[in-house]
Amino acid sequence: MAECVRLDSRTSSHTMDKSITLPPDEIFRNLENAKRFAIDIGESLTKLAYYSTVQHKVAKVRSFDHATKEDASDELYEISEQEEVTARLHFIKFENAYIETCLDFIKDHLVNTETKVIKATGGGAHKFRELIERKLGLKVDKEDEMTCLIKGCNFVLRNIPHEAFVYAKHADSEFRFQTTQPDIFPYLLVNIGSGVSIIKVESEDKFERVGGSSIGGGTFWGLGALLTKTKRFDELLQLASKGQHTSVDMLVKDIYGGSHGSLGLTGDLIASSFGKSATADQEFSKEDLAKSLLHMISNDIGQLACLYAKLHKLSRVYFGGFFIRGHPVTMHTITYSINFFTKGEVQALFLRHEGYLGAIGAFLKGAEEDNPNQYSWGENYAGSSGLMSVSPDMNPMQRARSGTFDMLEMDRLERQLVNLPLLRDPSSYIPDTMDLTEDALAREYWLYCFEEALDGVVKRAVASQPDMPEAAERAEKFRQKYRHKLQTLRHQPFAYGSLTVRSLLDTREHCLNEFNFPDPYSKIKQKENDIALKYYQKAVKSLEELSWEERQFALVRGVLAGNVFDWGAKAVSDVLESDPEFGFEEAKRQLEERPWLIDSYDQWLERLKGPPHKCALFFVDNSGVDIILGVIPFVRELLSRGTEVVLASNSGPALNDVTNGELQILTERIAAMDPVIQAGLREDRLTLVQSGSSSPCLDLSRLDKVLAMVVRERQTDLVIIEGMGRAIHTNYYAMLSCESLKMAVIKNSWLADRLGGKLFSVVFKYEVPAGKPTSQHSAAPTPS
Amino acid sequence: MDIGGTLVKLVYFEPKDITAEEEQEEVENLKSIRRYLTSNTAYGKTGIRDVHLELQDLTLCGRTGNLHFIRFPTHDLPAFLQMGRNKHFSSLHTTLCATGGGAYKFESDFRTMADLQLHKLDELDCLIKGVLYIDSVVSSGPSECYYFENPTDPDRCIQRPYTLENPYPLLLVNIGSGVSILAVYSESNYKRVTGTSLGGGTFLGLCCLLTGCSTFEEALEMASQGESTRVDKLVRDIYGGDYERFGLPGWAVASSFGNMMSKEKRESVSKEDLARATLVTITNNIGSITRMCALNENIERVVFVGNFLRVNTLSMKLLAYAMDYWSKGQLKALFLQHEGYFGAVGALLELLHPS
Repeated sequence: MAECVRLDSRTSSHTMDKSITLPPDEIFRNLENAKRFAIDIGESLTKLAYYSTVQHKVAKVRSFDHATKEDASDELYEISEQEEVTARLHFIKFENAYIETCLDFIKDHLVNTETKVIKATGGGAHKFRELIERKLGLKVDKEDEMTCLIKGCNFVLRNIPHEAFVYAKHADSEFRFQTTQPDIFPYLLVNIGSGVSIIKVESEDKFERVGGSSIGGGTFWGLGALLTKTKRFDELLQLASKGQHTSVDMLVKDIYGGSHGSLGLTGDLIASSFGKSATADQEFSKEDLAKSLLHMISNDIGQLACLYAKLHKLSRVYFGGFFIRGHPVTMHTITYSINFFTKGEVQALFLRHEGYLGAIGAFLKGAEEDNPNQYSWGENYAGSSGLMSVSPDMNPMQRARSGTFDMLEMDRLERQLVNLPLLRDPSSYIPDTMDLTEDALAREYWLYCFEEALDGVVKRAVASQPDMPEAAERAEKFRQKYRHKLQTLRHQPFAYGSLTVRSLLDTREHCLNEFNFPDPYSKIKQKENDIALKYYQKAVKSLEELSWEERQFALVRGVLAGNVFDWGAKAVSDVLESDPEFGFEEAKRQLEERPWLIDSYDQWLERLKGPPHKCALFFVDNSGVDIILGVIPFVRELLSRGTEVVLASNSGPALNDVTNGELQILTERIAAMDPVIQAGLREDRLTLVQSGSSSPCLDLSRLDKVLAMVVRERQTDLVIIEGMGRAIHTNYYAMLSCESLKMAVIKNSWLADRLGGKLFSVVFKYEVPAGKPTSQHSAAPTPS
Repeated sequence: MDIGGTLVKLVYFEPKDITAEEEQEEVENLKSIRRYLTSNTAYGKTGIRDVHLELQDLTLCGRTGNLHFIRFPTHDLPAFLQMGRNKHFSSLHTTLCATGGGAYKFESDFRTMADLQLHKLDELDCLIKGVLYIDSVVSSGPSECYYFENPTDPDRCIQRPYTLENPYPLLLVNIGSGVSILAVYSESNYKRVTGTSLGGGTFLGLCCLLTGCSTFEEALEMASQGESTRVDKLVRDIYGGDYERFGLPGWAVASSFGNMMSKEKRESVSKEDLARATLVTITNNIGSITRMCALNENIERVVFVGNFLRVNTLSMKLLAYAMDYWSKGQLKALFLQHEGYFGAVGALLELLHPS
């Protein structure tokens, strides 16, 4: 399936490029199940959108029937890989020259016959209408361009974290991604196509074109072509990036001479664009003319955008349109202009998927009956090309890329994702602790680290499907794909927004899923859970024998020691692999002695002497020893204190993290042995919820809506986050509006070094929000 | 004097009430300068006296006389200084009040080449003083301030006098090489709201590049014969008619020079068309920025001045139209006869009434 297919179009009489090779399993994917097409045809690029369903394997766990399964010596639960159908949106961008080839290809692979209509937008939709109708046999249904644009914009802002960015040409990282705002409205969209439209967007359905300008991309292109005899837009930009505008423009210092400084004037300001070219006897270089023109147009648009932003009192201004579309040169000049005119009050924002807005919007118009806005969607890193463009000088890949296909794939998430209601300031919350886009040293380390770990992951993936002979082949494809992603990220760290350890982990999960390895750790998790369960009662008994104060410490050490068992961490998986007997007690011995690297245990203990918390939300980490011998005893103690507990675990698998499905079975089993847990479940004081995530890390701004509801209903006043992925790579600096406890063992020596500790250093971070003093309790001892 | 990026504007007050006694005392140099300025309407190759703007029987500082308006290109300033040297300007012991960027740039040239001391003045102060003064002294002849009646109907669009009583607040848009926009609340209370580099210099600069012309007059002449709709892409070129969803009329320009993206159309346009499109583009852009400023500053009256408007009825009518149409009649565009000379007049007043 991997070989490229040469498309044949003998029957066509068009003069378009028909000799391109499309690797079908990489570009127009899942066409067999495709339905609901939309197309956006611009001046030079076509964007095609379709909805399809993807069938892929998911790992399910199912409890054995206790009544029939008497010999409980074996496995705890049954693992099966089932086929599941999920919805996916595909967006493909290609040059107009390939339209015909692509339409032929789609026609040949389109099995679904339900689809009758294709939604179309963009200036070229009219021109290609007949071709589309003939080739696809679908009726072209035209949608308003601006409406599509806005719909698309709302969709990406809402569903893609790190969609918007600020561009800074000379900064360490060119792109500064913005955190997703809880409320995306109101905003101003400045669309720079041939002309400029300025649209004020107040809500999903309420928007207004408040103004515009005829001086836009068409002016740059048309006037530029006249002035420089250069035909192509890209070439004009290239020229501009090499030119000097000062030979063409009249600057303030040209009028004022050298004394502008003493008058408080900036000499380099342009007083009159093209002011020096008002002469018949001087030649100007193409580069200089193009540069001057670019400045003139960018400044003019920037100025108008600022005037409109001011008039409508809006501070969020997004720029799009073909003039902007990933061109560093225009993003830079527009940013410069906005900064100049607003003195920093308004930031020029750009969008990673700007080129897709029209197609997304047209698609959404056609899919209204499916209510796509009811769901949350997530960018699939495995199937999306990511942001490619940087200055051509910096990245030679850029030029080679024209003529290729750019893709975006979005998965429909099972659940709607919302903010954790306990975030202190949702608008400033950043999940990730380290931005690898900005930190070159860290980036190098982690990219290396993930590359190193790849062999192990491939091995484990193959081992997880012993009955499938082609698993090795698929695993190899996975290896290639993920390695390619890592290479891409090495050159373009900003491809999917800010590069973080979380995004590297998530990309790996997406790639594994892509090649049908839904849960490579399922067997290991099962085995670990099995073993740990056997020790559960013994562990609980020994804890109960301790004094109250000793027990509190032992419980914390238990969680930490349990957290050492982590197949996801290289240092640990090496140990576990070589020494299967590595036990819980051994893990405790490995732990750092107090004082820990971050140590607020004393404050925590003091707090425990006070009144119980109303409800604790516990984000759990690994399966096996971690959850069973570490977390559950800790939870048990909370329950005994009278605190309700909500256990939040992953909806889908990620590494050896315990999933909600697994945890259901585990707690049932434990409840059968432990009356405290049993009572907790029965009385609904112990609740299991899904986080909505399938990541080893945790984004508190994208959590299952049900979780948020439970948290609110139960008046949660304590949030516990466990593990390196959730409490260190992410959320280390997260500020909550209630008490929080972050517990983790650092199982990576580089990271330990960064944080000033060493391997197996402990982070125990208990925080009380400012203004909420720890309760003034009496010194009365708490009964043990 | 007002020494701008492109033009030097000079105003000269010629006293007419000179007594015989004075006449005798007057040095020969002064007589010769006066004779030179008042007996010619053109100086050298490029200097011009705008005779139609001359204000006669004006009383300034207790003297009655005529105010003359003279202009020449800034790049000919060296020739002017040479003349000043030849005619011994410096022997007159008077200060030369000057404004505009050139007052700073060429200060040392004035000193070294013509032995003249400049009294430098802020250009925006001068501009406002000049506007208010001229408007107050013009009583006979055509009204200083005027507007266009029925700006949206080309057949009925006519110039009408306007009385600039209670002028405040007003937006003053000075279109020289570049553009400055001022909000004026009183003679001494004003602020520069913004400006744009797309001004008269841009029009001329682009026209020179696109058509090979070399003077403003030439460029305007070509523009008057061209058709911008061959160059610009209109709303109807894209949507076939009005874009009703957003209330955009089909005749509105969607993309200035937008048709020039196509090779065939580039080959079919004339120089005149290009000049016209350049004029329309620059003018409409100034109109649109002005309109936004008026909205942001909550001002309904706009006075356009500056030499870009000289003999440029096309642009004035376009501005009048744009203000009226896009504001649905809320904004009024006003123009002044002495378009580009207000800075120089303001500087002259400073000489007579030093503040």
